[in-house]
Amino acid sequence: MNPSLARSEVPVWNPRNYLNSPETGLKSWLLTQDHKRIGVMFLVATTIAFALGGVFALLIRIELLTPGPTIMSAQTYNRMFTLHGVVMIFLFMIPAIPSGFGNFLVPLMIGAKDVAFPKLNLLSFYVYVAGALIALFGMIQGGADTGWTFYTPYSTTTITKVVPVLLGAFILGFSSILTGLNFIVTTHTMRAPGLHWTRLPLFVWSIYATSVIQILATPVLGMSLLLVAVEHAFGWGIFDPARGGDPVLFQHFFWFYSHPAVYIMVLPAMAVISEVVCAFSRKNIFGYKAVAYSSLGIAFVGFFTWGHHMFVSGQSAFNGGVFGVLSMFVGIFTAIKVFNWTATLYRGSILFATPFAYFVGFLFFLVFGGMTGIALATVSLDVHWHDTYFIVAHFHFIMVGATLMAFLAALHYWFPKIAGKRLPEGWGLVAAVMIILGFNFTFIPQFLLGNEGMPRRYFSYPEKFWPLNVASTAGASVLALGLVIVLVYTLVALKWGPIAGSNPWNSRGFEWDTPSPPPPENYETTPVYTHGPHQYDLPGVETPPAATPEPKHAS
Amino acid sequence: MNELLRRMLFLPDQASDYARQVDGLHYFIIITTMIAAAGVFATAIFFFVRYRRRADTDLTPHVEPRTIHEVVFVGLPLALFLVWFAIGFPQYAKLSLPPKDAMDVYVQGKKWMWKFAYPGGPNAIDTLRVPVGRPVRLLITSRDVIHSFYVPALRVKMDALPGRYTQSWFKAEKPGRYEIFCAEYCGLGHSAMLGELVVMPQEEFDTWIAEQRRGANAVAQDAAPSGERAMPAANVAEEGRRIASEQGCLKCHSVDGTRHIGPTWVDLYLRQEKLKDGKTVVADEGYLTKSMMDPAADIVAGYQNVMPTYQGKLSPPEVAAVVEYIKTLKTQAVRSGPSEGPVYESIPRPQ
Amino acid sequence: MPANTTYLAHHFESLEKQTYAARLGMWLFLATEVLLFTALFAGYGVYRYLYPEAFREASRGLETWIGFVNTLVLVTSSFTVAMGLERATRGDGRGTRLLFGASILLAVLFLGLKAVEYTHHFHAGELPGRFYTSDAVQGPGGPIFFALYFLITGLHAIHVVIGMTVLAVIGWRAGRGAYAAEYHVPVELGALYWHLVDLIWIFVFPLIYLI
Ligand code: HEA
Ligand code: HEA
Ligand code: HEC
Ligand code: CUA
Ligand SMILES: [Cu+2]
Repeated sequence: MNPSLARSEVPVWNPRNYLNSPETGLKSWLLTQDHKRIGVMFLVATTIAFALGGVFALLIRIELLTPGPTIMSAQTYNRMFTLHGVVMIFLFMIPAIPSGFGNFLVPLMIGAKDVAFPKLNLLSFYVYVAGALIALFGMIQGGADTGWTFYTPYSTTTITKVVPVLLGAFILGFSSILTGLNFIVTTHTMRAPGLHWTRLPLFVWSIYATSVIQILATPVLGMSLLLVAVEHAFGWGIFDPARGGDPVLFQHFFWFYSHPAVYIMVLPAMAVISEVVCAFSRKNIFGYKAVAYSSLGIAFVGFFTWGHHMFVSGQSAFNGGVFGVLSMFVGIFTAIKVFNWTATLYRGSILFATPFAYFVGFLFFLVFGGMTGIALATVSLDVHWHDTYFIVAHFHFIMVGATLMAFLAALHYWFPKIAGKRLPEGWGLVAAVMIILGFNFTFIPQFLLGNEGMPRRYFSYPEKFWPLNVASTAGASVLALGLVIVLVYTLVALKWGPIAGSNPWNSRGFEWDTPSPPPPENYETTPVYTHGPHQYDLPGVETPPAATPEPKHAS
Repeated sequence: MNELLRRMLFLPDQASDYARQVDGLHYFIIITTMIAAAGVFATAIFFFVRYRRRADTDLTPHVEPRTIHEVVFVGLPLALFLVWFAIGFPQYAKLSLPPKDAMDVYVQGKKWMWKFAYPGGPNAIDTLRVPVGRPVRLLITSRDVIHSFYVPALRVKMDALPGRYTQSWFKAEKPGRYEIFCAEYCGLGHSAMLGELVVMPQEEFDTWIAEQRRGANAVAQDAAPSGERAMPAANVAEEGRRIASEQGCLKCHSVDGTRHIGPTWVDLYLRQEKLKDGKTVVADEGYLTKSMMDPAADIVAGYQNVMPTYQGKLSPPEVAAVVEYIKTLKTQAVRSGPSEGPVYESIPRPQ
Repeated sequence: MPANTTYLAHHFESLEKQTYAARLGMWLFLATEVLLFTALFAGYGVYRYLYPEAFREASRGLETWIGFVNTLVLVTSSFTVAMGLERATRGDGRGTRLLFGASILLAVLFLGLKAVEYTHHFHAGELPGRFYTSDAVQGPGGPIFFALYFLITGLHAIHVVIGMTVLAVIGWRAGRGAYAAEYHVPVELGALYWHLVDLIWIFVFPLIYLI
C-alpha cells in the first residue's frame, strides 16, 4: 500500500532545498528568516517541551498510583501538575501547530515566498525561547504550585517562585501575538494571484481564525498575569481581598483569555484535520464554506463563554445561564465541522494510512471531549463536575485526544514535505493504535473518577478511588510507550528514511506543488491558481494539479 | 434503572432529591450522546469500508452540500443541546434559591479545615451535622484563599471566597455519613481538607444541638466576669484542647506523637528543638507563645514555613490555655485527638 | 524605478503590497496595545464601581492641572509628529528630524511633569497597596486607586519612552536621507505609534483625573 511505489517514477530528493541552501551551518539556522526553517525550529522546541511536560505527566500518574504518598511529597506534586499544565499549554500546545506547522505551511499553501514579516517571525521564535527559559528558570528555582490557572489570592501569597513562571508565560504571550499578527497580514497580503478567499486552503482559514484570537485575547492575559506578578512581588493589593481587592476579578480576566485560548489550541488541530481528511479520502471537502466560516464563528463566539469556568464561584444564576447557552452555541460550530468531515468521506477513495488513523482518533476524541464540554455547560451538572477529574478528562480528551492526534497526523502527513523522507507506515500504525487505545485507558477512568467525586489536584485520595486511578496510570504507560515509538522512528527516518519524492501521498493540497523538501524560495515562479485545493474530480497528473505554470523542479 | 445507571457511571449515593434529578439529566445526556456518537461513527465506518481506496490516482466526484444538509447539521445538535440546557438550567437556578424555611449553617474554609457554625453558637470542625429532610442553607466563606465546599452525594458544590459570602443549599433525604471535599486547589493540604456530612434524624439532631448549646453556655458561665480567669489547671488545659481543635491546630499538629504538617505536640514542652538555621532552643512558654504569634521567626528543622500566624486570632487567655494544654501532653498522657473529626481511614498527610 | 528596487524586500512582489502589509501589521499591533490597556481600564471600571466614594475622593486629590497641561503637551507633540510626517512625504528628511526632535522635547516635558506628580504622591504616601500611608481616603479604595493609577500611568510612561526612542531613531535616519518621498513607510508607522501613545493618554486623563 505504499503510494509512492505505485507510481512509476523513482522518487527524487530535491537537491537544492531549504535545509541545505543557502547554507547549512548552525549560524545560518539561528539567524534564518526563512519561514520553513523557523517553523522547523519551533517544531523541535515544542517537541522538547512536550517531552518535558509528558515526563511531568508520568510522574503525576505514578504518584497517583496509590492513595497515599508514592514517590513524592505533596509540595512536589503541586509543583508537578502546575508545571505540567504550564509547559503543555504555553510551551507546547499553543505554539506547536500554529507556529510550527503553520509557519512552515501557510506561505507554501498560499503560493508566497515567505510570511509578510520574516524578521518578526524570527523574533517571535526568540521571544518564545526567552519566555521558555525564564519559565524554566522558575521551575529550577522551585517552580510554582498554583495550578496553571494562577487563581488569586493563593497565587499572590504562596511562597513558591511564581513570578518567573508568570513572567515566562507573559513573554510567551508576546511570541504568540507576533506570530498571529504575522499570519493575519500574510493571509491578507501575500496570496498568490487567483487565490481568492473562497479558494484558500482550509488550513489557512483555520490558522487565520486562530491568529485573530491570539491577537485579541493574549494581551488581556498578559496584563492579568503581570498584575498577579506585581501583586506577588510588591503586594499592591489588586486581587487581595484583605486589601479590598476582588479575587474573582482575576478569574474573569484569566478566563477571558483562556477560554478563547482553548480554541487557539483546537482550531489549528481542525486546520490539520481538514487537510488530512481531504488528502486521504481524495475528496473535496464537503461544505467548504461551512467549515471555513465556522472557524470564524468559533473565534467570535468563543469570546463570550468564559464564565462557564465559574459556575460555582458565586455568580448569579442568570449569568450562569447566559454563559451556559453561549457555550452551547460555540459547540454548534464544532458540530458543523465534525459532520462535514464525516460527509467528506462519502464517495471518496479512502486510504487508511497513519495520518488517517490519527484522523479517526481525532474524530472520536473530539466528539466525546466536545460533548462532555456541552454537558458541562448544562450548568447543573457542572456543579457536580467542577474541579473534579471529569474536567481533567474533558480537557485531555480535547487537548491530548483531539489536538495531539492532529499534531501527530500533521507530523505523519507533512513529514515527507518537511524532511523529504518517509516515515515507516507499519510502525506508524502500531504506534497509532497504542496511542489511541492507551489514551482511552488513561482518560476514560478519569471521567468515572469525576463522576464518583474525586476532586482534581489531589495529591492523595480516599481508597475508593484507587482502582480507577490504577487503570488510568496503566493506560498512561501504554500511551507513553506509543509516543516514544513515534519519537524513535521519526529520528531514525530523519537520517535513514527512504526518499519521499515531491508528493508521496498524491495529494492535491497546494503545498505539494513544490518539490520536497521545498527550495528556499518555495516556488521558482509565483504560481497562479485557477481553483481551490483538493479538487480530485479533475483528471490529470498529481503534481502539480493547480499551479500554472508548473514549477520547475530544481533537480 | 436509576440504580443500574448510577453504578455503571460510578456515581456516588444520592442523598437528596436534587441529586436524583441531576443524575436524571446525566443519564439523558449520556444516552443521547452515545446515540449521536454511534450515528457519527457508524456512518464513518460505513464510508471507510464502502469507499476504501482502489487506486492511488482515483478520481472522485465533486460533492457539494445542499442547504438542507447544513441546516440539519446546525439544527440537530442545537436542538439537542438546548433540550439539555432547558433541563439543566432550572436545576441550577433552584440551587441558588434556598427555601425560606431553611436552617442556616455558616461554613468557613480555612487552610486546611472546615468550620461549621450554627446560629446561637454551636460549632464544629470538619463535621457538619444536619437533620434529615430539612432544607439547609449554607453561607460559605473563607479565611484565607479560595476553597470549594463539595459534597458529591448531594451533587452540590460552592466556592468559599475570602472576604465575601456565597450560598448554596440542600435537603438531605437519607440519613448517613457522606464525604465533604475541598474542590478548589488551596495548597499543601488541599487533598487532606476533608470533612464529613452527617445526616441524622431530627430528634437526634435536636438533642445534639441542645447539648452543644449547653456546653457553650457552660463555658460562657465558667468565664469569670473580669478578665482574670480563675480556673483549676485541669480545666484550663481542657479549654486549651477545645481551642486547639477549634482553631485548627490539630490539623497540623498531632497529639499522639506522629509527625504531621507541623511537629507533634507530644513532649514538646521543654524539648530541645533544632531550628532550620542550626540553632537550638528550649520550648518553654515564651517560645511556644512566640511560635503561635510569629511562626515564621523560628522554623523547626525539617518543616516548611506554612503555619499561619495567630496574632489577633487568639486572645491572651486562649494562648495561655493552649500552652497549658501542650504542657499536659506528656508521653504517658497521650490523648486520642479531637472527638469530632472525620472517621475515614486517615489519609497520609503530606510530609 | 530605483526606489522600488531598493526598498522592496525579496518576498514581496510590489512595493504597494509591502506598504499595505506594513500598515496592516502596524494597525494590528496597535490594536493589541489598546487591548493591553483595556484590561487595566476594565479593572479600573470594576473597582470604581465597587468603591465609588473612595475613587472620587482619590481622583479629586490629584493635580488636575498637571494632567491637563500634560494633555496639551502630548496633543502638541502629536501635532509636531504629524507635521514631521508631512515633511517626509515631501522628501524633506531634515524637516522631519527637526519636528520629531521637537516632539521628543515635548515628551521629555511630559515625563518631567509626571515625575513632579509622582514625587508628590511619594511624599503624601499615596502609594499602591500596602505602601499606602496617606489618610486622605478611608477604606480599601484608596490603595487600590493608587495601585491602578501607578499601573496605568506607569505603563503609559513606558510607552512614551518607547515612542521617544522610535521617534529618535526614525528622525535621525530621516535626517540622513534614509527615506524618500516615494517611500516613507517607517516614518508613517513611527508617527502612528506616537499617535497611539497620545490617544491612550486622551483616555487616561478623563478616566483618572476628571470623573
Ligand atoms: C482545546 C481545548 C478545549 C476545547 C476545544 C474545549 C471545548 C469546550 N469546552 Fe472545555 N475546557 C478545556 C479545554 C477545552 N474545552 C480546559 C483546559 C478546561 C479546564 C480548565 C481548568 O480549569 O484547568 C475546560 C473546562 C471547561 C468547562 C468548565 C468546567 C469547570 O471547571 O467547571 C466547561 C463548562 O462549560 C467547558 C465547556 C466546553 C465546551 C462547551 C466546549 C465546546 O467548544 C465543545 C464543542 C464540541 C462539540 C460539541 C463536539 C462536536 C459535536 C458533535 C459531533 C455533535 C454530536 C451530534 C449530535 C448532538 C447530534 N470546558
Ligand atoms: C496540551 C496539554 C496537555 C497534554 C498533552 C497533557 C498530557 C497528559 N496529561 Fe495533563 N494536564 C494539562 C494539559 C495537558 N496534559 C493541564 C492544563 C492540566 C491541569 C493542570 C492544573 O491542574 O493546573 C493537566 C493535568 C493533568 C492531570 C491532573 C493532575 C491533578 O489534577 O492532580 C493528570 C493526571 O492524570 C494529567 C495526566 C496527563 C497524561 C497522562 C498525559 C499524557 O497524554 C502525556 C503523554 C506524553 C508523554 C508520556 C511524553 C512522551 C514522551 C516523549 C514523546 C519523549 C520521551 C522523552 C524522553 C525519553 C526524554 N494531566
Ligand atoms: C498550617 C498548619 C499549622 C497550623 C494550623 C498550626 N501549626 Fe503550629 N506549626 C506548623 C508547622 C509547619 C510548624 C513548624 C515550623 C515552624 O516553626 O513554623 C509549627 C510549629 C509550631 C510550634 C513550635 C513547635 C516546635 O516543635 O517547636 C508551636 C508551639 C505551634 N506550632 C503551635 C500551634 C498552635 C497553638 C496552633 C493553633 C492555634 C498551630 N500551631 C496551628 C504548622 C501549623
Ligand atoms: Cu481547601 Cu482545597
Ligand atoms: Cu472554557
